[in-house]
Amino acid sequence: MEERPFSDISYDQFLNEEKLMGSRCKKCGGHFVPPRSICVQCYSADMEWVQMKGEGKLAAFTCITVAPPFMVAQGYDRKHPYVSGVVELDEGGRVDARIEGVDPNNPESIKVGMRMKAKFLHRKDTQIPETYLAFEPM
Amino acid sequence: MKKRKLGRGVAVVGAGMSKFGMFRDKDSKDLFAEAFREMLASVDKGMDPADIDALYLGNFSNDFFIHQSHWGPLISDLAGLAPKPATRTEGACASSALAFREGVFAIASGFYDMVLVGGVEEMSKRTTEEVAEGLALATVPYEGRVGFTFPGVFGAVATAYFAKYGASREHLMNVTIKSHSNAPLNPKAQFPMSIRDIMNSKKESLLKKGQPVPEWQDEKDFLRDPRANPVIAWPMHLFDCCPISDGASCMLLVAEDLAKSFTDDPLYVVGIGQGSGRGFHASADMTTFEATRYAAQEAYGMSGLEPKDIQFSEVHDCFSIAEVVHVEDLGFFKPGEGYKAIEEGATRLDGPKPINTSGGLKCKGHPVGATGISQLFEVWTQLRGKAGKRQVPIKDLRIGAAHNLGGTGGTCTFTILERR
Repeated sequence: MEERPFSDISYDQFLNEEKLMGSRCKKCGGHFVPPRSICVQCYSADMEWVQMKGEGKLAAFTCITVAPPFMVAQGYDRKHPYVSGVVELDEGGRVDARIEGVDPNNPESIKVGMRMKAKFLHRKDTQIPETYLAFEPM
Repeated sequence: MKKRKLGRGVAVVGAGMSKFGMFRDKDSKDLFAEAFREMLASVDKGMDPADIDALYLGNFSNDFFIHQSHWGPLISDLAGLAPKPATRTEGACASSALAFREGVFAIASGFYDMVLVGGVEEMSKRTTEEVAEGLALATVPYEGRVGFTFPGVFGAVATAYFAKYGASREHLMNVTIKSHSNAPLNPKAQFPMSIRDIMNSKKESLLKKGQPVPEWQDEKDFLRDPRANPVIAWPMHLFDCCPISDGASCMLLVAEDLAKSFTDDPLYVVGIGQGSGRGFHASADMTTFEATRYAAQEAYGMSGLEPKDIQFSEVHDCFSIAEVVHVEDLGFFKPGEGYKAIEEGATRLDGPKPINTSGGLKCKGHPVGATGISQLFEVWTQLRGKAGKRQVPIKDLRIGAAHNLGGTGGTCTFTILERR
């Protein structure tokens, strides 16, 4: 059994380990990704970790050309846009993620509802391991 | 929801706002002074600033933008109010709507009789990329981490809206064209130009440079041209996005029973709502903002009014799609009908439900901490019949409202003012 606290820090650690994890309330079955330590449905604090299969469908997306500095540092800019989106997981719940394997210069080719599977982007330019949750078309 | 009411009534008896824009030669204090002087002059029967009991000031992030925090006392000193108490409110782009609300509560509780509420933000000293980063501080962490910017978040809302209702970029252009047609009538607006004006001035400048001059058929043709209207975060293009702005706004609130000693024409706070949101990934439906719906329900419930009773409204149009989803969330149009109503002209100055007669955030400007009270300034100006060429042409104008949104829907407010 996983003993880690139900926190954003644990969520990030799991991403480093290529796992997409959420929490489930043992009392009412409430299901949360990213994890919550308090069930906001029944206020029980008796939670357990559940691993998501990492599959779902694209709920919304955008192709970003004006990037914040931390993305510019990774080589993205007006000529090199990237895609961020929201994916609705098969188990329920939605996650924010980078969207890979699509053409940011051809947004019309990216469709809401596309089937997606998770992939994990490990940043190479940081000292502490940092992983972005990403999804790509199945 | 429980029907809310104020402990005692509150009225607006004065209001001012600076011109909005990008100013190299003016700072936050200069801008607030401009708004404050106009407010003082607006009180019909005059007032003594020494009677102001307290200041509530909205500011999102001058800490980031100009590396100066703690704006409450700086502004209270500027206005000569120190040592009266000054409290800063932060609700991202809804910061000054919160200042207004706290000011209302402070008077309604009976603790104060006269309160100055205001907002200020100074953003233009940073680069566009830095401003995007500064604003992204108000996203939910999961959003910012995967590269979402504010235009990106609303771009994503637009893709969800398009997929659900079959709308397209062409429909969003109607919002932009409408805002730009109101703005030239507002002397405080950052971009007081219609899309036609912008097309003509671009043509002129290309002609002067000896470059080929594009033959745009109409406004939409211009907005479709990626050179004229480049993508920022697809489908949000430059003309879907509000600008980077500096500005300030303020209002004078008094207890209702004192109002007539300041003016024969006060406005009364009849509905005031606020909601909070959970980050937009958590929303079951990304084409609606639950915090806006909650705020609206609270304000409608308190006032006993319905959406049809609101004669005109300022609506938080940080991005074109935001105006579309919020006119639905506020109940002005049914879900999925907003973009059609806008296309039919319902929200134009001469339409049945004028929206953003000021030019909206898109054209009036969006110095984030000043925006909430600047929207109420427009309501004040319209209800008192002082809006000049942009005066809403509805007979017996009595009820106007303002909707303000902070973050990615984390803080939303809806405020209804009435002229009796």
